[in-house]
Amino acid sequence: MVKTAVTLSGIRLDNPVIPASGTFGFGYEFAQWYDINCLGAISVKGTTREPRFGNPAPRIAETEGGMLNAVGLQNPGIDQVLAEELPRLRELYTKPIIHNISGFSMDEYVECCAKADASPHTDLIEVNVSCPNVHHGGMSFGTDPNMVYDVTRAVKAVCKKPVYLKLSPNVTDIVSIAKACAEGGADGLSLINTLMGMRIDLKRRAPILANTTGGLSGPAVFPVALRMVWQVYEAVDLPIIGMGGVSSAEDVVEMMLAGATAVQVGAANLTDPMACKTIIDDLPGVLERLGVQDINELIGGAH
Amino acid sequence: MKQGFFTITDNTRLAPNTYRMVLAGDTSAITAPGQFVNIALTGKFLRRPISVCDWEEGTLTILYKVVGKGTAQMSEMVSGQTLDLLTGLGNGYDLDKAGDRPLLIGGGAGAPPMYALAKHLLARGKHPSVILGFNTAAERFYQAEFAALGLPVTVTTVDGSAGTKGFVTDAMPAIDYTYIYTCGPGPMLKAVYDSSVTSGQFSFEERMGCGFGACMGCTCQTKYGNKRICREGPVLEKEEILW
Repeated sequence: MVKTAVTLSGIRLDNPVIPASGTFGFGYEFAQWYDINCLGAISVKGTTREPRFGNPAPRIAETEGGMLNAVGLQNPGIDQVLAEELPRLRELYTKPIIHNISGFSMDEYVECCAKADASPHTDLIEVNVSCPNVHHGGMSFGTDPNMVYDVTRAVKAVCKKPVYLKLSPNVTDIVSIAKACAEGGADGLSLINTLMGMRIDLKRRAPILANTTGGLSGPAVFPVALRMVWQVYEAVDLPIIGMGGVSSAEDVVEMMLAGATAVQVGAANLTDPMACKTIIDDLPGVLERLGVQDINELIGGAH
Repeated sequence: MKQGFFTITDNTRLAPNTYRMVLAGDTSAITAPGQFVNIALTGKFLRRPISVCDWEEGTLTILYKVVGKGTAQMSEMVSGQTLDLLTGLGNGYDLDKAGDRPLLIGGGAGAPPMYALAKHLLARGKHPSVILGFNTAAERFYQAEFAALGLPVTVTTVDGSAGTKGFVTDAMPAIDYTYIYTCGPGPMLKAVYDSSVTSGQFSFEERMGCGFGACMGCTCQTKYGNKRICREGPVLEKEEILW
């Protein structure tokens, strides 16, 4: 029997497979497709302080091997998420919940993370630093090591639960960002968020997305994500949740060999509602074929 | 909602860019006219959402317009090939509000869901009428099939090459109706909304990621809050629509 359990900052996951924030809602929708208790954990929809409608439509565009989204963090706000969405998920699901938090100011991150930390339903906090900072001319928090350090410090000061920073790949040097998180006291790192891209409608001669640009995800980004996980693993001694285009059990193994302790599955959930379950079902067989007895031996195994 | 593999039993061109595909498979998740299926295509990342034209136990009929590479790929498929479908998606039309004489208005690629809707309304003893709007006579499809159901069919064409010249709204005043059911391009839906003298249900289209409520890619605002076109829609009640 192959061992598939992994541990993230003391939290045990039956297997390393986690649906990624923004592709799985608050989980309960997927309970109509399969028993979601098979998942290692769930990273729920990115939550902000206030309710957000998000961006105007169209929010989705297809690409070769992937898709662009500009949903714009649509969510009902932290108070409703804690009062209604997570309890609704908890009725169906007993495994770890990762609460993904977004903010447009330092205050917002601190307030939301403190509330998430106090929730009985949340096991781990994942801080999305890809949002623009409204107090710094809209510059993304996640592109500046100093701002990332400040967010990490501020959030860690109000949280008892493990805090993972979810990194943007839209930077020159992801290692410097990862190091800033480590210095700020982060318990772990999630990477990568989507890569910024765009498509143009030939007939209208205008961007397809109403927001002009959007985040690229899907198999097309997998090699980029893998490379960044590899680089960060070499440079920083923190557990990594690897993600970006993961679509199969083999992709999970590859991401772990690059240095990930757990792996998130994003866009694949949207094209195949059974994607995570299929990956989890396939994983033991793939490990057996590779002669792996305990999945933990894969972590960073290619270095 | 269900995922399943369907086998193509027919794929026929009905008009220059419009095809009918008949598929054999498990249709048990389809519960109402106006729902859609989401079709996985080889080499395409996202599925293609297509409205259900008609269904019976074990058989599904879709009519689709070739508008891009995905639908072009579908048009080249042949009987015996299989497709991975998500079925039973969306809310579909609520038949209980029809009254005795509902008016069904389908514009172009929005006409197909009116077919199963008409059949279900007739089975309930209602007396539906239908208006089918096209740009030209050559683009018409399913006029005979609707007529064969035994209900009055009015065709409009923008260029006047068949039926009433003009838009579907030009044919509305001559019909005495108790309720509106419609599907078609956005500007047509707005025109029907403005012209209609009763309540009704309007089916909307939006670019979708998943088609089953996960990604928030197709959310719209309504008078009763945010709704996902793929889940709480595609059919919205006239009273809740915000233009």
